Amino acid sequence: MECMTRTASPSKVTLFIPCLVDALWPEVAEAMVRILRHLGLSLDCPADQTCCGQAAFNGGYRREARRAARRFIEIFEGAQCIVCPSGSCVHMVRRHYPGLFREAHPWRRRAEAVASRTYELTEFLVDVLNVKDLGARFSGRITYHDSCHLLRGLGVKEQPRSLLRHVTGADFVEMENADSCCGFGGTFSLKYPDISAAMVNAKVDHILSSGARTVVACDAGCLINMAGAMSRRGISVNALHIAQVLAGVDFQRTCPF
Amino acid sequence: MTQLHPETYREAARKAIGDPVLQKALAGLQARFGRGAAEAYRRLPEGPHLRHTAHEIRERAVAHLDVLLERLAEKIRQNGGHVFFASDATDAVEYCIKVARRHGVRRVVKGKSMVTEEIDLNEKLAAAGIDAVETDLGEYIIQLAGEKPSHIIAPAIHKTRYDIAELFVKNMGIPYTTDPPALTRAARKALREEFLAADMGISGVNMACAETGHITTVSNEGNIRMATTLPRIHMAFMGMERIVGRLDEYEILLRLLCRGAAAQTMATYVSYTAGPRRPEDSDGPEAFHLVVIDNGRSRILADPRFREILYCIRCAACLNVCPVYGKIGGHAYGFAYSGPIGAVVTPLLTGINRARHLCQGETLCGACMEACPVAIDLPRMLLALRETLAYGDAFWKTTPANPLEGLAFKVWSRLTANRRTWECFLKAAALGQRLFPKKGNRLRRLPPPFHGWTRKRDFPSLAPETFLARWRKNEIEVAKDIP
Repeated sequence: MECMTRTASPSKVTLFIPCLVDALWPEVAEAMVRILRHLGLSLDCPADQTCCGQAAFNGGYRREARRAARRFIEIFEGAQCIVCPSGSCVHMVRRHYPGLFREAHPWRRRAEAVASRTYELTEFLVDVLNVKDLGARFSGRITYHDSCHLLRGLGVKEQPRSLLRHVTGADFVEMENADSCCGFGGTFSLKYPDISAAMVNAKVDHILSSGARTVVACDAGCLINMAGAMSRRGISVNALHIAQVLAGVDFQRTCPF
Repeated sequence: MTQLHPETYREAARKAIGDPVLQKALAGLQARFGRGAAEAYRRLPEGPHLRHTAHEIRERAVAHLDVLLERLAEKIRQNGGHVFFASDATDAVEYCIKVARRHGVRRVVKGKSMVTEEIDLNEKLAAAGIDAVETDLGEYIIQLAGEKPSHIIAPAIHKTRYDIAELFVKNMGIPYTTDPPALTRAARKALREEFLAADMGISGVNMACAETGHITTVSNEGNIRMATTLPRIHMAFMGMERIVGRLDEYEILLRLLCRGAAAQTMATYVSYTAGPRRPEDSDGPEAFHLVVIDNGRSRILADPRFREILYCIRCAACLNVCPVYGKIGGHAYGFAYSGPIGAVVTPLLTGINRARHLCQGETLCGACMEACPVAIDLPRMLLALRETLAYGDAFWKTTPANPLEGLAFKVWSRLTANRRTWECFLKAAALGQRLFPKKGNRLRRLPPPFHGWTRKRDFPSLAPETFLARWRKNEIEVAKDIP
């Protein structure tokens, strides 16, 4: 955080696209592009990026994760400011990349340098650019789900909420247990599907009780999980990435479901 | 009956999820204690940062465990108590039985103690012809039911008052009632008789202090005080890590323990015991024994990756916030310790390969770490355990738990090492997904290893083209204005 807040606002942003967004839900990345261009930033998107290695890391496969980290660092280390629409991917880069290399190892420094320049979208908008109102409009009641790594890993809680509160026409309400895990957990949801499904269904119940017609989050993983459960249960609550809400009405209906 | 069955995690979890009574109880427990503990930390005069001070205290204590334990033993012996260092469960149980036989003990009353669950003390005492009665109301209920605790401090959380009413009618011959005060009175009456008839009282140890040479037990029912003062002999069992050096450090931990466990400023009964009754004392046991149990803890201590788990003071705050525990309850973990603490400590105490589901079946959401009164980084250790399962580990003698998964990540590593290869793979997958039933953009059924997901959820189909492919072709030309 320190490096950016101390210096002047960046003029150029390098996009870090989560693999889930890239392959399943490109509209989220497009929405982020619109937001950042709207703010007058020039954008760069390394075309050879693939995946940050989080799934391997969370499964205990550190060697594979380290390989992914080296590749990521090589691709991104020239960037002035790296922005990503996912709390967990940023958490991986910022909190876990440096620890993948031994203290004195040259890669450690490189990992730390990249880590210090990587931001999640909402923290970048609010903390670095000091922007809370993007001029977006929305119609209806919205609730927000805190993604675990964004909230507890990066400490980002108020930034997305204040962005949502500034959306004209959006009736923002808190749901109960907004900060409890939705049960996605990457490969956890595949290895322990019954537990994962029970968790997401509890989350869906809280979304329903809030009366919101749209649930917003900052992580495609959580959203795919919640939307997948709601779709199977025939619930017509929309699951949107925050970038889609902030980018304006033509992004607010696009959802992989 | 052996109580160790962490292998059945998945099946037991499924059963718990299908039990609406348990689901309601777990949700109620977490709403009350989980949120309550966070609030209690906020109200600390020193602020929630005290948790980190406590972390440092525990770190220091565990680093100097040998010195502290020696000092504690010395003090207790000076006061006329006995101290026994048990290397494993058998050692501890045998010592207990030996002492019991020497004193002609037939009946034992017990205060709540998870370490005695760990060493399976009740069953072993029963096999030796010694009856041990649990006196914590929750423990008493599950003992009558022939079950195991499902929570470290709320052991009968899975029982309703209707279950309890039936148990009491059957075991105590009281008239049927579901009135909680009436049930509590019935238990109290039955337990009073046990307290008075017992020859030996067994308790755990919440925390020991080396400087003063005392052990502390904490309860809200007063049963531990009765169990440790009425019978002729008091035997306390402690995990060898449950000690701090100085009284001022001990005081910080005690305050955090009560907040983490039950959102209390202080527990109702806090007892300090430093030895048997002295000539000037009006009550207390004639003999006091402290059993300090290793049972695998030295091995944990020897590994810097996992040493931090020894900082735990077993308050159960992590259970009260864990979203996985909140769905599957304590029995699924198959051992004395459940929830996030169980997910880390059970594999280390009982075998990582054997208890692998415990550390793999968690989401790494980090709620446990925030709730922990001594700020233990449980997610870090879950990851470290998973690493021992991914590649095998010489120190812990683990073998790769899932070679297929290992292979999949090797392949994934190759695929993602090159953007073109990765995109070819995604294209192939996009073609492949046409084979599966779809509804609109939703996949209704997927092949292994993804089939579990689509049992209860839909999955989005892959986009026709990746974002990056379109970016490369300069197709991302969205307007700058936000409508």
